[in-house]
Amino acid sequence: MIPDAFDTAAALASPSQAERWRPGLGAVAQSEIFASGRDGSGAGAALAFALDAWRCRPRAEGEEAEDRRAVVWVQTRAAVKRGGRPFRAGLPQEIRHRLIHVLAEKDEDALFALEEAVRCRDIAFVIGEIVGSPRALDFTASRRLTLAAERHGVPLTLVRLDGTRDLSSARQRWAVQAAPSARPRWNRQAPGVPAWQAELFRARSHPPGTWRLSEDAGTLVAERETPLPVRGEDTKGWSHSGLAEVGEGRVAISNAASPSPGFASSFGASVAILSPNGERVLG
Amino acid sequence: MAPRRILSIWLAAFAIDRWRLAEGCARGEGADAQPLALITETAHGPRIQSTNFAARNAGARIGIMLADARTLCPSIVAVPGDPAGDLAELERLAAWAMRWGPWSALDPPDGLLVDVTAVAHLFGGEAKLLADVYNAFETRGFAVRAAIAPTAGAAWALAHYGPERSILAPQDDMEARLSDLPVAALRLDDDVLTVLRRLGLKRLGELGTVGRDALHRRFRNRKSPAANPLVRMDQLLGRVPEPLLPVVPQQVPLVQRRLMEPIRHRALLDTVLGDLAADMVRELEGAGQGARRLDLGLWRVNGEVAVKTLELAAATRDAAHIVRLFGEKLGDIDAGFGIELVRLRASWAEPLPANQADIEAAAERHGTSLAAFVDRLTTRLGPKAVRRPVLKGSHLPERSQGWQPALDPELPSQESLRFHARPLKLLDRAETIAVLYATPDGLPQRFRWRGEVHEIARVEGPERIAPEWWRERGTARLRDYYRIEDDAGRRYWIYRYGIAGDGRGGAPEWFLQGLYA
Repeated sequence: MIPDAFDTAAALASPSQAERWRPGLGAVAQSEIFASGRDGSGAGAALAFALDAWRCRPRAEGEEAEDRRAVVWVQTRAAVKRGGRPFRAGLPQEIRHRLIHVLAEKDEDALFALEEAVRCRDIAFVIGEIVGSPRALDFTASRRLTLAAERHGVPLTLVRLDGTRDLSSARQRWAVQAAPSARPRWNRQAPGVPAWQAELFRARSHPPGTWRLSEDAGTLVAERETPLPVRGEDTKGWSHSGLAEVGEGRVAISNAASPSPGFASSFGASVAILSPNGERVLG
Repeated sequence: MAPRRILSIWLAAFAIDRWRLAEGCARGEGADAQPLALITETAHGPRIQSTNFAARNAGARIGIMLADARTLCPSIVAVPGDPAGDLAELERLAAWAMRWGPWSALDPPDGLLVDVTAVAHLFGGEAKLLADVYNAFETRGFAVRAAIAPTAGAAWALAHYGPERSILAPQDDMEARLSDLPVAALRLDDDVLTVLRRLGLKRLGELGTVGRDALHRRFRNRKSPAANPLVRMDQLLGRVPEPLLPVVPQQVPLVQRRLMEPIRHRALLDTVLGDLAADMVRELEGAGQGARRLDLGLWRVNGEVAVKTLELAAATRDAAHIVRLFGEKLGDIDAGFGIELVRLRASWAEPLPANQADIEAAAERHGTSLAAFVDRLTTRLGPKAVRRPVLKGSHLPERSQGWQPALDPELPSQESLRFHARPLKLLDRAETIAVLYATPDGLPQRFRWRGEVHEIARVEGPERIAPEWWRERGTARLRDYYRIEDDAGRRYWIYRYGIAGDGRGGAPEWFLQGLYA
């Protein structure tokens, strides 16, 4: 019955079941990040997402204390031309010595490399960089990657430089652009730790939203600037949610396992820190 | 324990003998009757590497220029020498010479050393052993001189400069027996021999008359044995050990299928390849090895041969893996009228201890290993595609990073400084930016890069990086690096190449080199 189907879809989208995205929720099989090829925000955010998921992955019994698995970064030649190659001295400290860089001449080769990488058990996570929306990356190819990544548990973050938001089976799809960084404490004129304006415009298990992301002492910090999603239907769904009571102004959501006091102090009075299940614990 | 005995064999006219055997003429007959010299090309023209008997009689000596030899003997015939072939032949002879002892070593360019410790009785004594050596080499057509002594140095000296077929017994007084030999018997470099000749030291016995301290002072900077007569003398008398590198002949694992019917279709070829891979794995397993390089040769009916080579990132004995990797390479094989012989050869194998076989289901569940991942990518994308960034000793950003194969161990290097905030990505080539408006202290307020204007909002710097004067030209200019953030929050690493008025070119240019996260 058609009305039933609508009901199910509405139930799926309702905030009581779909949890807001926040850092520390763990890895998703495939996420896509749309970013400009003129700056490093796409790669930076991809690394931040992947590292955040990697740091709070569930640890199995009897697992090795230090995860020494390799990190694979696949780039097409066009992506190298547009945004350069990873620079070891600028990489995060924990993956500097473990990075394997794959340079693919064609988009098909890059997709092949990505699929081989997510099927390898000795790899912690995979980052891919592809320019535009190539013909090879259609829905079938995207679904192939998602299934392989899900099956073997190797998360894949695909950066789409200057791409269009075409059909894809990625579990989370973000649009990221650079944001002015917070001023460092000792030199107010210098650029601070990287910050991004990130819009989650499509996700399987989270409602969409926009956050301001930054990295603080090795943890990803997300701060929601626009309180509510823009689309009409979603707004209706959210109007009776608990989160909406937080109301206008800034809502900060941090990883509840390690709330960062420095962050809370720097954003003044209109800050609320929420526990994982959405309750207001401070603010 | 039996005292050490070393047999030194000197093939006195090795290069000429090889040439003569290739020509197929006996010594002093046919082409060998004419004066003939083997030459090597040097920067100053051809130089004589080796001469035959007739040429020696005519006055041609080894080491002189061919032009000089021509003035002495206008009829001399010059033939290009073949040092690489000589060395390969010497290796084969070394493996063959193991008939006289458990191991043998090369003594390039024209000698062999064989350990004959406690084996002489098998030949009826050392004199008979030497006679056997002479006999065997004569039969093969090589002129030879050989000697047996307790050390490699003494055996070498006696073979080259001692009496024919000399044997230095363990109980003999070595210094007394060797004291009449010339100092050249010490295997020294030519310039050291010249020094010794100028000092008036001609025989080994005379070295002892000078006094060890004096010689030690004279050669105190020479560490290499070939440049220090004292070290060579000690090696000769067995006071210091002299390591020798034995030649170990290796069998290359090789499997092949001669086909009854020439195959023309890919499916059949895949079946044959699967059989060959299984055979190869069994061969390798028996030897406790894993393949690093595999050559697949396909002989076609019409006389053509196609060879496909596969290099692996880590030693493997996995037949399915080998078949899969070759499968990618066989797509463009032209079978022609059919392939009649398929051969698989592991031209490079490494020790690989036996372990429990990877069960196929487990591989499916747990995923592939890193080595298999690297192999698959290398096969499809080429060897330069899968690499790892490593630090290199330079402070210029584009030279401070090198790339090496993904699984090679990383060499120790100096860690980069923690307070340096480097960009996440570096452009392959720094790109020029057009400065639109500069503040008085030299920093652009606005610049154009790739057709778009950026307004600089925040800046840190400069960090001055000087050119590498030991490598670059004197006109290379220094760089002042700035970390900047524009009004949209985009963060870049830009630098000014040179400073105004440094006398190394015109107004300094600006470049954008890195992209921050």
